[in-house]
Amino acid sequence: MSCSRMENKILGYVDGRLKESERLEVERHLATCAACRLRVNEFRAVSSLLDELPVIEPSPAFDLRVHARVAAEPVKQSWWAWFPAPRVAFAAAMLLLASVWIGTHSTNQSQIPADDMAVLENYDVVSSFDVLTELPQPVQVDDGGQQQN
Amino acid sequence: MLDVKAGDEQSFTLLLHRYRTPLVNFLYRMVRNREQAEDLAQEVFLRVYRAREDYVPSAKFTTWLFRIATNLALNSVRDTRYQRMEISLDAPVTVDAEEGEEKTLDVAEKNPNIEQHLVEETRKKMIRHAIEKLPEKQRAAVLLHKYQELDYGEISKILQCSESALKSLLFRAYETLRVELAPLVAQQGK
Repeated sequence: MSCSRMENKILGYVDGRLKESERLEVERHLATCAACRLRVNEFRAVSSLLDELPVIEPSPAFDLRVHARVAAEPVKQSWWAWFPAPRVAFAAAMLLLASVWIGTHSTNQSQIPADDMAVLENYDVVSSFDVLTELPQPVQVDDGGQQQN
Repeated sequence: MLDVKAGDEQSFTLLLHRYRTPLVNFLYRMVRNREQAEDLAQEVFLRVYRAREDYVPSAKFTTWLFRIATNLALNSVRDTRYQRMEISLDAPVTVDAEEGEEKTLDVAEKNPNIEQHLVEETRKKMIRHAIEKLPEKQRAAVLLHKYQELDYGEISKILQCSESALKSLLFRAYETLRVELAPLVAQQGK
């Protein structure tokens, strides 16, 4: 392996991310190249220095701000939104079926035979006939059951 | 993320708890401003939430998440680059308030190991400045590789380059860091 090919391998070697075959290849080169050995050591030192930077924590209000921004997002309306939800659709269908059934059922009940209709019509006439409503009260029958003339 | 896609709000909170610290740290090291980093991290979570219904698990969630974060960070760095140049030329030299360095001086006044403390702070400052001086794409590559421990495949997808180009990018970044941090590298070698 040449020093220029080492450029693509050296960091992977320092981080231990190379495949076994690649690692062995790099080590064979390092055994014969002092310049690359020095570079490996210096890259290791750089990597170690980068570890020294402290980790900062987000401010305490960070989560609240994210949630507030999410809550302020407009509700996305897709064309599916025009279709009712399955439960609502089912409930609406059941309501429609129930209405049709009740309508049909009540219509059957209101179908009165023609003979009965004639009686009802006569009753209406009789109940509103003034002559009948103005008749005197019936005479009370005495205890003996005999009617007085 | 699939639970978030299914409308589970609690899963979104779990994602937030799991990724807020790595995201804020990544963005802070990219844009060099804590407040801006937090704003960008909030924007990342908002974009995740907005895109939840269209999410397809074709790649790792972290790849997708850091791709959003990297794009936002790179845009932000490019937008504020000229503004920063104007400020840095005009501004007087002051103590860097980032990462509690102002507080460090107060503590150092009362600390018997003041010298050691200042040496440590100077080291951290050198390291931070060396990272900040890297070109933004190299910086993103180093941060994703070193601190997020993403593999080459993931980082190359995030930065939209080939794995070979990424390795070259990382090599150049480490070369620059090696030179910038030469005094500390020499100390490490002893």
